[in-house]
Amino acid sequence: MTLAPEQKKTKKPKKLSMKARYEALTRGLDWEPSYVDKDEMFPHLDYEGIKIHDWAAWEDPFRLTIDAYCKYQAEKDKRLYAVLDGFAQGQGHLSLTDASYLNAMKIFLQGVTPLEYAAHRHFAYLARHFAGPGPRFAALCQSIDEIRHMQTEIHTLSNYNKLYSGMHNWPEHFDRVWYLSVPKSFFDDAMSCGPFEFLIAVGFSFEYLLTNLLFVPFMSGSSFNGDLPTMTFGFSAQSDESRHMTLGLEAIKFLLEQDEDNVELVQGWIDKWFWRSYRVTALVAQMLDYMLPRKVMSWKESFELYFEEQMLGGLFEDLAFYGIKPPRHVEDAIQEKELLSHQVYWTLYQFSFAAGFTTTMPSEEHLNWLSESYPDTFDTYFRPLWDKEAKNRENGGRHFAPGLPQLCQVCQVPMLFTEPGDPTTLCQRESEFEGEIYHTCSNGCQWIFEREPEKYRQAWLPVHQILAGNCGGPTVPDVLEWYGLQDGDAGEYLGSRDHQNWVAWQGEAAADTAAPSETKAGA
Amino acid sequence: MSESTQTPTSSRDVGMILQESEDNRPIIEAIEEDNPECSISHTPGLVRITAPGRLVVLQESVEEKLGREWETHEFQMSIVSYFGNIQEWDDDEIVIAWDH
Repeated sequence: MTLAPEQKKTKKPKKLSMKARYEALTRGLDWEPSYVDKDEMFPHLDYEGIKIHDWAAWEDPFRLTIDAYCKYQAEKDKRLYAVLDGFAQGQGHLSLTDASYLNAMKIFLQGVTPLEYAAHRHFAYLARHFAGPGPRFAALCQSIDEIRHMQTEIHTLSNYNKLYSGMHNWPEHFDRVWYLSVPKSFFDDAMSCGPFEFLIAVGFSFEYLLTNLLFVPFMSGSSFNGDLPTMTFGFSAQSDESRHMTLGLEAIKFLLEQDEDNVELVQGWIDKWFWRSYRVTALVAQMLDYMLPRKVMSWKESFELYFEEQMLGGLFEDLAFYGIKPPRHVEDAIQEKELLSHQVYWTLYQFSFAAGFTTTMPSEEHLNWLSESYPDTFDTYFRPLWDKEAKNRENGGRHFAPGLPQLCQVCQVPMLFTEPGDPTTLCQRESEFEGEIYHTCSNGCQWIFEREPEKYRQAWLPVHQILAGNCGGPTVPDVLEWYGLQDGDAGEYLGSRDHQNWVAWQGEAAADTAAPSETKAGA
Repeated sequence: MSESTQTPTSSRDVGMILQESEDNRPIIEAIEEDNPECSISHTPGLVRITAPGRLVVLQESVEEKLGREWETHEFQMSIVSYFGNIQEWDDDEIVIAWDH
């Protein structure tokens, strides 16, 4: 223990209290427009039907001012780049548990990093268009945060891109590759909403309700699998995330308190965006249960802890005060926690010949962990699939699905989900709109489609686009070339370029450490 | 803030997740001491602190543990996530609780 300096209690020169400082630095700086009217200045605030009577009622619990913001953000970056330097200089990539771990990071870079950029753009729009300085400033900070996240993710993962496959073309992958249309269409959907719906979609449903399911497993996963840079980046980003959560929660309370008429609109958006966000987390679920060589916790456990306990048990009881109910279709999500990761990974396993990552069959030890983590479902429904696949592999017939999967019109995940309560029957919903049939994967997605069919009929569905001839050509190699995939990016992990390099590097490392002791023994 | 939002109206758990690091150890100790009802769990790299109804971080206790001055804004460097509502974030304390 170091001794605290005696003069510690002689306080620094008198300054304003945090509350007064925040007021002084963020309020009263607005001006009244003189040569245009307010509606002309803020033209996007009425058409959704939200009623705001007093923008000044917006409270920022963080009481963040620009000076404090810059000071702490700079410190966060400094810490991160110090770690990155040490990692690059010390060949840190060799201390990963296994090169297959990086498949999780490939999905992250391809699927999440572009969302950060999209969020940056749209929060900048909100920072221009909200009529109150409080929410404008909060949106501005978040916009800057999001571009920082994008940049730090690129810098962090570029250390791996030098040595591993699948990370060299992520912006184009994001626009073109089939599974990435899941996060892309999610965010495009949010960005094409009005400003208030976007706030509920991204600020509340994504950032508050489900952010822990997205980021905490990634971070603990990277920490547990020897990926120090991603862990450090994750902490650095997630410390902003707690501010974003606050913005999301503040937003919803603000809207609900401003006018009773807002309640119904907000409820509809929660119902829609809970399910939209939840479907995006399907990619995280499989990552957590199948892609981490050293397991942190199962998807089911994580869903129970971060969603059921914290959100349903805590938050929605709080929101009940305003007449807000838990999200529609939440029961379907709860039922699915036993199945989700297995169904999604089984699909990715079969289609990874067309992906920017590789997959492999879980080891015996891994299968046992899955049995223990999912005692009610794994041995009954999923282990038999892998037993069969083990036989295929023994006979040299690793299984890939040669066809193209049908995609859900709303979430764009392949139609791989099963009927609620019946894990053996595929769920397929049909809706008719102006003489055309549209397919959705669940009650949730069907409900969303039927609420706004004129929006979702326009979805850019990767499989439809391939069949329509818009993706490089009619054959699989044509499409993969158009995706910008290179040798080593896709397919089976065992025997892949990453795997071969990894084995060689680990061999060299073992030889390096063995060498000195041998000399000693010989001397 | 009005009186009604300051008194905890609910004993449902609130919580926070902090980065498990050398820098944060004294802060976690201070939180543990100031919230006798809290419970602590660990996942790799993270510490999750929960408590029924209310969690408080007091500047004075943190400064004592750290042996240096500490502004509550600095807590942003430690916190990874939370659940509950940030009811107060002032010079001397941070309070997380549900409103209703």
